[in-house]
Amino acid sequence: MTYQFDFGWLIGSLPVLLKGIRITVQLIVIGAVFGVAFGIACAWVRALGPKWLKPVVATYVELIRNTPFLIQLFFIFFGLPSLGIRMSELTAANLAMIVNLGAYSCEIVRAGIQATPRGQFEAGASLAMTPFQSFRYVVLVPALQRIWPALSSQIVIVMLGSAVVSQIAAEDLTFAANFIQSRNFRAFETYIVSTLIYLALAILLRQLLAGLGWMLFPRKASR
Amino acid sequence: MTEFSFWDILRNLLLAARWTVVLSLVSFVGGGIVGAALLFLRIGGRQWLRLLSRGYIQLFQGTPLLMQLFLAFFGLGLFGIDVPAWLAACVALILWTAAFLAEIWRGCVESIAKGQWEASASLGMGYLQQMRYVILPQALKVAVPPTVGFSVQVVKGTALTSIIGFVELSKAGSIVTNATFQPFTVYGLVALIYFALCWPLSKSSQLLERKLNVAHRNH
Repeated sequence: MTYQFDFGWLIGSLPVLLKGIRITVQLIVIGAVFGVAFGIACAWVRALGPKWLKPVVATYVELIRNTPFLIQLFFIFFGLPSLGIRMSELTAANLAMIVNLGAYSCEIVRAGIQATPRGQFEAGASLAMTPFQSFRYVVLVPALQRIWPALSSQIVIVMLGSAVVSQIAAEDLTFAANFIQSRNFRAFETYIVSTLIYLALAILLRQLLAGLGWMLFPRKASR
Repeated sequence: MTEFSFWDILRNLLLAARWTVVLSLVSFVGGGIVGAALLFLRIGGRQWLRLLSRGYIQLFQGTPLLMQLFLAFFGLGLFGIDVPAWLAACVALILWTAAFLAEIWRGCVESIAKGQWEASASLGMGYLQQMRYVILPQALKVAVPPTVGFSVQVVKGTALTSIIGFVELSKAGSIVTNATFQPFTVYGLVALIYFALCWPLSKSSQLLERKLNVAHRNH
């Protein structure tokens, strides 16, 4: 192998990379917050919601979990405009991430709710709480605490999966890498650098989520 | 302009879906073999081999599959080989699958009680004998449902190979869209074909979990 590695382009390309990082971070923050919120709402429907809505949510979850994110993204960005729904690349990317994470976190949160003993609901009811109140105050918090590690890994997986939004020209980190390598013809080095940035982001995000879990659920689970 | 019937679209997509199936099988089998090797290193006796295997798994689980595909595509080229897309796709998917399977299987092996290791060691068994006769037969039962479940991720992962130019179901979807200008129908169909491939796998993973877990039900 007589290839000479060259990282000299790195300094000049720093602004492009930083912008890509910013967009990727922005995508995952919005995606995670709304995706998890949507997932919790769906989990509520599957556990306690109105009967007619349950099969709708179940179908949504199965459809999303069994199709690739790339196709979901293409469907939203290229397919929906035929129905008259148009959106920018970033909005489409965000929407796809929310829809995707929503389905996965619905299943994860539901597992947490199912692990909650029935007595908890009954205890809530005996304190004259409405079903929604006992869900919100009694069931949800311990359920979230229980499934927090699984939820955190799923958020990291969605962050790594977000690399494909570059395919609809959303200007994330992968888009920046593609742009840079088309200028410097140093494809391998460019992708090594961006892969390492993704690795760093994944480690950082995992730590942040662990810290957040520690802040949100300070007490040990009382089992 | 040529008109394309619904049947034309569906037939082309189904023909391309063959390659999704083939690529999934290759990645899954290849990834299983590499993953098993990684597993042996990961829980074996040598400290530095364990660290190496752990680092490998962290690296592949902590970076996007798309980046791994790019690196395989351009990295293999550095050796002076003219890399066809299918080769890069197979290499990247096998390495990626291996990392996840090794980690899934490690969890299964570690779920076997420590006393089993000690008991087999006290019978004078070596590491490979312990694995072969005592640990793996028990761990395999635990491992089947999550392994089948992960195969869904592999099928979905193959969609990314369209980005480096391998013509499978997703790439065919883009090509057919560009010819027919019917993205809604085409991507809808593509999604349904993926669903038809993945859903039986997800379901059987759930069923297997229920069936094989009976022993642990009442603990």
